[in-house]
Amino acid sequence: MSAVAVGVSRQQVEDFLYAEAALLDTWSLDDWLQLYDEDAKYEVPCNDAPDGNPDTDLLLIDDDYARLRARVARLNSRRAHREYPHSRTNHQIFNVTIAARDDGGEIGVTASFTVWRFRGAKTSCYVGHYRYRLRLSDNGFRIAFKRAELDMTDLRAVSDVAIIL
Amino acid sequence: MSTGVANRTAQPGPDVAIQPLVVDDQVNQTFRVHRSAMTSPEVHRAEIERVFATSWLYVGHESEIPNPGDFVRRPLAGRPIFMVRGVNSGNINVFHNSCTHRGALVCRQDSGTAKVFSCFYHAWSFDTEGKLKGVPDRDAYAGGLNFDELGLKAVARVESYRGFVFASFDPAIVDLQTYLAGAKDYIDLVVDGCGGNVELARGTNEYSFTANWKLLVENSIDGYHAQSTHDTYFKYLVSIGTDLQGGVKGRALALGNGHAVIEYSAPWGRPVAKWEPLFGEEARGEIDRLRADLVSRYGEERAHTMAELNRNLLIYPNLIINDIMAVTVRTLFASAPDRVDVTAWQLAPRDELPSLRQRRLDSFLTFLGPGGFATPDDVEALESCQQGYAGGGVEWNDISRGMGRGPMANDEEQMREFWRRWQQQMGSAADRGGAQ
Repeated sequence: MSAVAVGVSRQQVEDFLYAEAALLDTWSLDDWLQLYDEDAKYEVPCNDAPDGNPDTDLLLIDDDYARLRARVARLNSRRAHREYPHSRTNHQIFNVTIAARDDGGEIGVTASFTVWRFRGAKTSCYVGHYRYRLRLSDNGFRIAFKRAELDMTDLRAVSDVAIIL
Repeated sequence: MSTGVANRTAQPGPDVAIQPLVVDDQVNQTFRVHRSAMTSPEVHRAEIERVFATSWLYVGHESEIPNPGDFVRRPLAGRPIFMVRGVNSGNINVFHNSCTHRGALVCRQDSGTAKVFSCFYHAWSFDTEGKLKGVPDRDAYAGGLNFDELGLKAVARVESYRGFVFASFDPAIVDLQTYLAGAKDYIDLVVDGCGGNVELARGTNEYSFTANWKLLVENSIDGYHAQSTHDTYFKYLVSIGTDLQGGVKGRALALGNGHAVIEYSAPWGRPVAKWEPLFGEEARGEIDRLRADLVSRYGEERAHTMAELNRNLLIYPNLIINDIMAVTVRTLFASAPDRVDVTAWQLAPRDELPSLRQRRLDSFLTFLGPGGFATPDDVEALESCQQGYAGGGVEWNDISRGMGRGPMANDEEQMREFWRRWQQQMGSAADRGGAQ
């Protein structure tokens, strides 16, 4: 899909995704949450059902805005024991593609990701695909939907998904 | 209570520890477990032989393979097996996943439907009842091949209870219902409470972490840690309008043969059948209807138990069925002394109202899932314990809480039941002299 038809360039989208990654990697979660519209969703399906539908299937994460806010509050507290102290993370984004705007004016974006997580002596690596729906506002992009579909066949090597992918 | 099922791997003569790792001191009302039970490679090796090879182990749920030829493949206590519904018999077959010729896996997908399982190495093929059907170039065997002897090897024993399929590697083990002892009634409560017809939702949680498997057994039935470890989860409940008053109240019960349960009331709602504001007004009628249905079928008292009370149920040694804000079926295996492999599914009523299913899925993943607000902190706690053991210095864990009183849900009697059976089954292998 050409940039003209969508009205934004891939570079603009990439810059936005890199900025989001930087907020996650610096644990600026309150600012990160500001990227999301209040009807937004954040989903991570189970490894064995990457096409999982949150209405009928079990997902690993199925956050509406209220639960996303609760997730941020939890991770900012000292009581999220798995993430206190916080891991060091490195969110890497590749293979970004932009689809046409849908009827609601949202821009579909897909990308590959690698998220590295280091804590104590442990190294974890999450690999998969992002699916975003972005909205264009006066202040730039807003996230309406983010879904991280994992390519790993299970979570044995990483134990959990306590960080935000 | 203890029903004392014989340890079938026991050598002739008394097979008891001189210095047992589990010390149950009824006089002083203390109960201690030596930490080498969690760290020793010798103990771990003995557990594979004496616990995992001689118990009934959960394989899967019948709803996973509804039609002839449906199969699922997964390790059972670390051994490759698969479960398939026989095309001819309709029976549930559980086979060692290994070609009888030279050993390659014959089932190489996690799930699916098949009439034939072919070994790709030399193309021997087997049907869904395990019968050897095809051998290329069979003329090469001058003496002939005994097709009957060369069928897939079934796991020694396979039995189901209320849709839960168990298998055992021990041909001489007691039948499943005898083994389940008092846990049978709790499986009934879970299944009947779901309307009697249940299925596993799509989507599996498969994760591992660096702690001994018995720590997760304890943690899965531990009411004591909930408020301290899961503060952020309770805060989340408050943020969505749940009233925490009343807290967690109930009892702990030993069910025999190592099985145990905690049974308690808790602040959260239950899709069957305890309404709370989070479910929304529109779900209230349906939840009332489910509740009334349970009363008419089972009477007020049992319906109350099914609908209002939560159950964290341990089926010894490694199956957890937690019927709380959702129902999880969780099985564990010790892939190393300090490594536990967890596989967990969500059990739910078949034909559930979509809005209730949605709420159930939500409840599961926010608390029980590895991406939720609680399970990662349990993982942290158990890894932290395992790290604490590495330093030596402190030799014993204390599991005495609630001894000498009618044990409550936040006591430790349910764990003691596990450990007593474990010590009995391990016998002389659970000895401080041998455990390094």
